Amino acid sequence: MDLIKVAQNAFAVETKEHASFKAGDTITVHYKIREGSKERIQNYRGVVIQVKGEGVTKMFTVRKMSGSIGVERIFPLYSPFIDLIEVNKKGSVRRAKLYYLRSLTGKKARIKEKRV
Amino acid sequence: MAGLIGKKIGMTSVFSVEGKNIPCTVIQAGPCVVTQVKSVETDGYVAVQLGYDDKKEKHTNKCELGHFKKAATEPKRKIIEFKELEGEFKLGDIVTVDSFNEEGWVDVQGVTKGKGFQGVVKRHGFAGVGDATHGQHNRLRAPGSVGASSYPSRVFPGMRMAGRDGNDNVTIQNLKVLKVIPESNLLVVKGSIPGAKGSYVIIYQ
Repeated sequence: MDLIKVAQNAFAVETKEHASFKAGDTITVHYKIREGSKERIQNYRGVVIQVKGEGVTKMFTVRKMSGSIGVERIFPLYSPFIDLIEVNKKGSVRRAKLYYLRSLTGKKARIKEKRV
Repeated sequence: MAGLIGKKIGMTSVFSVEGKNIPCTVIQAGPCVVTQVKSVETDGYVAVQLGYDDKKEKHTNKCELGHFKKAATEPKRKIIEFKELEGEFKLGDIVTVDSFNEEGWVDVQGVTKGKGFQGVVKRHGFAGVGDATHGQHNRLRAPGSVGASSYPSRVFPGMRMAGRDGNDNVTIQNLKVLKVIPESNLLVVKGSIPGAKGSYVIIYQ
């Protein structure tokens, strides 16, 4: 593991520091999309259902309901295409991977907000 | 040609300038010691023998120990002979990852992970029986007919069947070099290489 980190550091790609979030939080990912030579920013808002990996290869999955269809998108946390991550709501959940949300819809799929 | 013995460290990924996520393998390549130089006069052919990875003297038998003493080096775990290496080599010389060019491609040879006794679907990429229903029973991953009927009424030699899979000596050609890190003897190549983490690989450029 150690030597892999040495190799990672050698590439010295500057990594953006993003706001910290966990599974259960509702976030908005501002994602850069390149169309030909133009670049625009698309917002993707949903619930984080898992965060996996560590270091530069960390990934997270955001689930949202698009109409009645569930959509999940997996982002690499340090992808240069991620412009900004906004944490909209802190959720109070009891596990790290919220796969159970996939089988729930409507009122059952709500997540209680964390009381600060 | 440049060659080295190395050890597979593991895989990770890096982002390219365009933002692409590139899978890469980290290899600890060398430092290797020249343990024997073969010449036409003494051996009938030209080759350089390299040794890699120290081992303890108590794990080395006497004849090996004498061989390493000639090169004035610690006993090595892995010894490989390279033909057609460029440059002059003397006994006891140390070859490092510096001999690799950062803008180039390498071939990596290693032994793939052993899979044990496997069926034809995994071992030879057979498709299995297409259907799970329509009267099929018990033969979803079966090889199908192997010997036809009255002609030829036998199984041809070399017919691909189930058996031991993996643990093969494999060379992956033309892997792009992403980085050479001489301080820690590391080589980062694009893509995957054969073997488990910690297994020995031979790298040619």
